[in-house]
Amino acid sequence: MKPRVIPSLLLRNDGLVKTVRYEDARYIGDPINAVRIFNEKEVDEMTFLDISATTKSSGPNFELMERIASEAFMPFAYGGGITEIEQVRKLFTLGVEKIVMNTVLSHNPELVTQVAEVAGSSSVVVSIDVRKKLLSGYRTFVRSGQVNTGRHPVEVAQEMQERGAGEILLNSIDNEGAMEGYDLDLVELVSQAVDIPVIASGGAGRNEHFRQAVDRGASAVAAGSMFVYHGKLRAVLITYPDYDDLEDLFG
Amino acid sequence: MRKDGLVSVIDYGVANIGSLMNMHRKCGIPAERVSTPEEVRSAGKLVLPGVGSFDNGMSHLMERGLVDALRSAVLTRGTPILGICLGMQLLGRASEEGKREGLSLVDAECERFQLPENSGLKVPHQGWGRPNLKRPGVLLDKVGPKTRFYFSHSYHMVCGDESNVVASAAYGVEFTAMIQAENVMGVQFHPEKSHRYGMELLRRFAGVAD
Repeated sequence: MKPRVIPSLLLRNDGLVKTVRYEDARYIGDPINAVRIFNEKEVDEMTFLDISATTKSSGPNFELMERIASEAFMPFAYGGGITEIEQVRKLFTLGVEKIVMNTVLSHNPELVTQVAEVAGSSSVVVSIDVRKKLLSGYRTFVRSGQVNTGRHPVEVAQEMQERGAGEILLNSIDNEGAMEGYDLDLVELVSQAVDIPVIASGGAGRNEHFRQAVDRGASAVAAGSMFVYHGKLRAVLITYPDYDDLEDLFG
Repeated sequence: MRKDGLVSVIDYGVANIGSLMNMHRKCGIPAERVSTPEEVRSAGKLVLPGVGSFDNGMSHLMERGLVDALRSAVLTRGTPILGICLGMQLLGRASEEGKREGLSLVDAECERFQLPENSGLKVPHQGWGRPNLKRPGVLLDKVGPKTRFYFSHSYHMVCGDESNVVASAAYGVEFTAMIQAENVMGVQFHPEKSHRYGMELLRRFAGVAD
C-alpha cells in the first residue's frame, strides 16, 4: 500500500505561488499549466490552498476552481476562504473532491460536521497549521499562520475527528519551504492521537523525507517546494518522482 | 424513446457529478445528467455515482422516485449500469452502514473494513490501489504494470456469488474492487479520478452495447 504523495500548491489571486515559513510568496506560474504537467506525471492527488482568500475575505475563486477541476484527472482538494456550506456545495458541483478548512474552524467548527453530512467524511480535510513556541510548545495557528489559537494540535485534531473530519492536513509552519524534512515529532504526536489519516506537510526536500514521515505514522505526505523548484538556486520546474521510485521507497 | 450511445449520469443530490461530467467530456464521451424516473427509464446506459452514507444515498433515490425506475430499467430493459463508489454499494442488498434496503440488483452486502491489528492502516481507505484481476470483465480484462485506481471508502462489498467479482484490491485485507453480473457493473474506486486508467474504463463502459 503506497502512501499518497501529494503536491500541495498555493494560490494567490489567479497565480501559483510558493512561500517560506508562510511568508515571502513568490510567483511560480499558471496553475492550469501545473495541473497539466501533474496529469502527465500521474500524481496521486493535489491540494490547492488559496492563501489570499481568507485574508482578503473574498471567498473561494470559483472560476479558477472550475478551470482546475475540468483539467484534473486525479482527486484534488481545495482550501481557502471557506466560511459557509453553500460555498462548499458549489465547489463540489464544480468537481472539487475534498474541502480543506482551517481558519473558519476557530469560530465555526460545526462546518466540519455539515460538510461531512453533505459529502461524507472522506471529503473533509481539516488543515492544522502548527508552530513550535519556545515556552508553550506546539500551538495551532489560523489566518495563514498569523493568529495563535493557543490550542495544542493534538487537541484540535481529536476534536475535528469527533466532528466528522476524514483527514488531517498537518502543516509545520517552522519547516515550510525549508526543504530539510518534516517535523517528525509533530507527525508522530498527531498520527498517534487520531484514527483518521494524517497528511504530513511542511519541509519535504527529498524522497527520503516522505519515508521518514510515513515511518512515524503519516498516512500520506504533501510537498510544495520540492515539486515546483529545481536545484540549489530554486529555479522553477514542476516535477514529481517516478512511480517506480516511490514504489521502491515505500516498498 | 431510448437514447442510444449516450451515457446518462444520475444526479440525485449525493455525488460529485462535476468531476464525472468533466472526465466524460475529456474522453470525448457524450454524457448527460439525468434526475427523473422517466429519464432513467429511457436511458441507454446509466452511471450511478455516490458519496456519503448508504442510507442517505438510498433516501435520495427514493425521494426522487428512482428506485423502481432503476430496477425496471436494469432488470426489465437490460440497461447497462455502472455504480461508482457508494453507487456500487447501493447496487447490493444492504450495508452494515445503514438500515435501508439497497437496489438489490446484485447479490451482495457491504461491510466496514476490519483491519488486522498493527496494520498501521486507517479508515477511511483513501489512496491508490492496484486491481487484482479475478476474471476478465467488460470494463477490465488485463492489468498493466502501472494500472491503478483511486479509492475513498470505509465500507466494501462482499458478493454472495464470488463469480461476480471481476477484481479485488488490498488494504490490510482483500476487498472487492470491481463487480459485474451481466449488465450490472460496479467499481469501488473513482474512475473519474484515476488518470488514464480510469479514462480507459469509462471509454469501455461507453462502448458497451445499449
